[in-house]
Amino acid sequence: MDMNRKPNKLSLQLDVSDFIPAREDEKQSLVIMRDSVGFWRNGFSRLAKNKIAMVSLFVIMLTLIFSFIMPIFYPYSYEQQIRGSENLAPMQYSQAELNRKEEGEKIFPHILGTDALGRDTTVRLMMGSRISLSVGIIASFLVLLIGSTYGAVSGFVGGKLDIVMMQFVDIIYAIPDILIIIILMVTLKYPLQKLAATVPFFAWINVIGVGLICIFIVFSLLYWVGMARIVRSQILSLKEQEFVTAARALGAKNSRIIGKHLLTNAIGTLIVTTTLQIPSAIFTESFLSFIGIGVSAPMPSLGSMASSAIGGLTSYPYRLFAPAVMISIIILSFNLFGDGLRDAFDPKLKN
Amino acid sequence: MARYLLKKILVSLVTLWLVASATFLLMHMVPGGPFLAEKSPSEATLKALNEKYGLDQPLSIQYKNYFAKLLKGDMGPSIKQRGREVDDIIKTGFKVSARVGGLSILLAVILGVPLGSFAALNRGKWPDSLILLISTTGIAVPSFVVSTVLMMIFSVKLDLLPTYGLTTWKHYIMPVMSLAFYPTAYISRLTRSSMLEVLGQDYIRTAKAKGLPMYKVLFKHALRNAILPVVTYLGPLLAYTLTGSFVVERIFTVPGLGNFFISSILNRDYTMIMGTTIFLATLIIIMNLVVDIVYKLVDPRISYN
Repeated sequence: MDMNRKPNKLSLQLDVSDFIPAREDEKQSLVIMRDSVGFWRNGFSRLAKNKIAMVSLFVIMLTLIFSFIMPIFYPYSYEQQIRGSENLAPMQYSQAELNRKEEGEKIFPHILGTDALGRDTTVRLMMGSRISLSVGIIASFLVLLIGSTYGAVSGFVGGKLDIVMMQFVDIIYAIPDILIIIILMVTLKYPLQKLAATVPFFAWINVIGVGLICIFIVFSLLYWVGMARIVRSQILSLKEQEFVTAARALGAKNSRIIGKHLLTNAIGTLIVTTTLQIPSAIFTESFLSFIGIGVSAPMPSLGSMASSAIGGLTSYPYRLFAPAVMISIIILSFNLFGDGLRDAFDPKLKN
Repeated sequence: MARYLLKKILVSLVTLWLVASATFLLMHMVPGGPFLAEKSPSEATLKALNEKYGLDQPLSIQYKNYFAKLLKGDMGPSIKQRGREVDDIIKTGFKVSARVGGLSILLAVILGVPLGSFAALNRGKWPDSLILLISTTGIAVPSFVVSTVLMMIFSVKLDLLPTYGLTTWKHYIMPVMSLAFYPTAYISRLTRSSMLEVLGQDYIRTAKAKGLPMYKVLFKHALRNAILPVVTYLGPLLAYTLTGSFVVERIFTVPGLGNFFISSILNRDYTMIMGTTIFLATLIIIMNLVVDIVYKLVDPRISYN
């Protein structure tokens, strides 16, 4: 047959070359180029593109290093009172320290000066930030634990139990939290001190500090209700979906359905709500320490440092500067990072 | 609506009773009564004092007595401030706090709503970025930082404003500004985001298309809907103003309720603690209720079931 013959467009004759198996490179062109993207990768890639969130994450990392790692290597400790070095200005040395320097000794400068008791402000700032960050993170974790369990059970079981449980949430929600927090902070200290002194099992309370334990208890008593509401509404909509019916048909127990299927699907909301809880806990802690009922001395807190700076505002105004800037930076970076997380993992929550 | 209201009021009453009872029990749990702080009174005086205020009786009887009196509207005398009734102290303190708090809420709304709307109208341009930057930072700064910084600038450095008391209009400037700082930032953010959402709606385009002048579109259509989130925020804002006032009133030694509340707790002035707690709790709960109702009136789409 003449191969160069012009093909007749109307011919019904089949062209054999159309039925030759495809070559490898031809096959490749049919493969869908985009990989399937999972929930986490999708979220993280969106988060990585958010410049503000990444910068705040970087700042959070820096403050974590500043407050948890640097004090270990720092030549001064937060409760160490250096005689003769009281009320030093930033980078100033006391007479005794100057003399020792003269003799060739190396003396680490007081970068932010010292306070009225001769304690180095820089290391106190680190420890204060450590307190703020621990309060924020641990309190939010407790809130997450209590709130999500309560909300999940309430939403999953439904019916009368749900009504009763949510009624209870409504009541706690209506409690003016700050009033009760202040009263609890003042009153809880005594039974806790007694507990730590009498029962050996609770001796660890003194290690962490009664004030801190009080804060954890108070926050977990009052702040879980918001989380419980959010989790409940998520569970309510999730439990009607097919995969839950499928899991049940396969014989999964309730606890497995809640833990493995429902909470896993609500995880974006959980992360976002917990992250946004951190700055508000830090806020409240600094406020409590500022009015003098938070963390107990000599442990510094950013709030109590700012509070003690007020007394000497005329002579040592710079003392206010460090804790004030630090607390604002911590809260701001957590706020912004939480916003970024929300946009990345839970865009629905935005409004 | 009536059913909803009834339920809400019932929950509020239960909450109030819970708060009052918890406060009562908690403050009696603390060792050391109100008289121990004073220069160690003798055994006999202590006994007489305890007897006078009924503190020698068992807790359950004290509880019953207090609430029986409270239901008649009697909060009893202050234990620490001799010769003054608790409701009298609360009245004078509240007048001061309400004036400072009210002014700061007013300032926050007057500044926050226009700033937010202005930012939304200039979306993406530099005024928007500037307002957003300021308000985002504003939310992260605690009120005690704001007040101390203000104090440092205006009293210590410039020596323009007095640092304590509340006698002339000059005394009001710093407390009101410190209290208004956070809510202004918050309200402007809130207004900006809800304004942006409203401006994208079809009815705004319709209003523009039918030739309404811009100010009419803004005030009659956009702002009226964009303001809803601000209205709901007013309830929590009151609670915030109170907590803020605990700090701000203490820093500027304003003789207000927040200051009294903290010092009564530190002094173990039992009747004052109860009085201020119940008063403040009632105030916050009623405000939240009012906001609920107002919200319903402003936005008839919301149903309560």
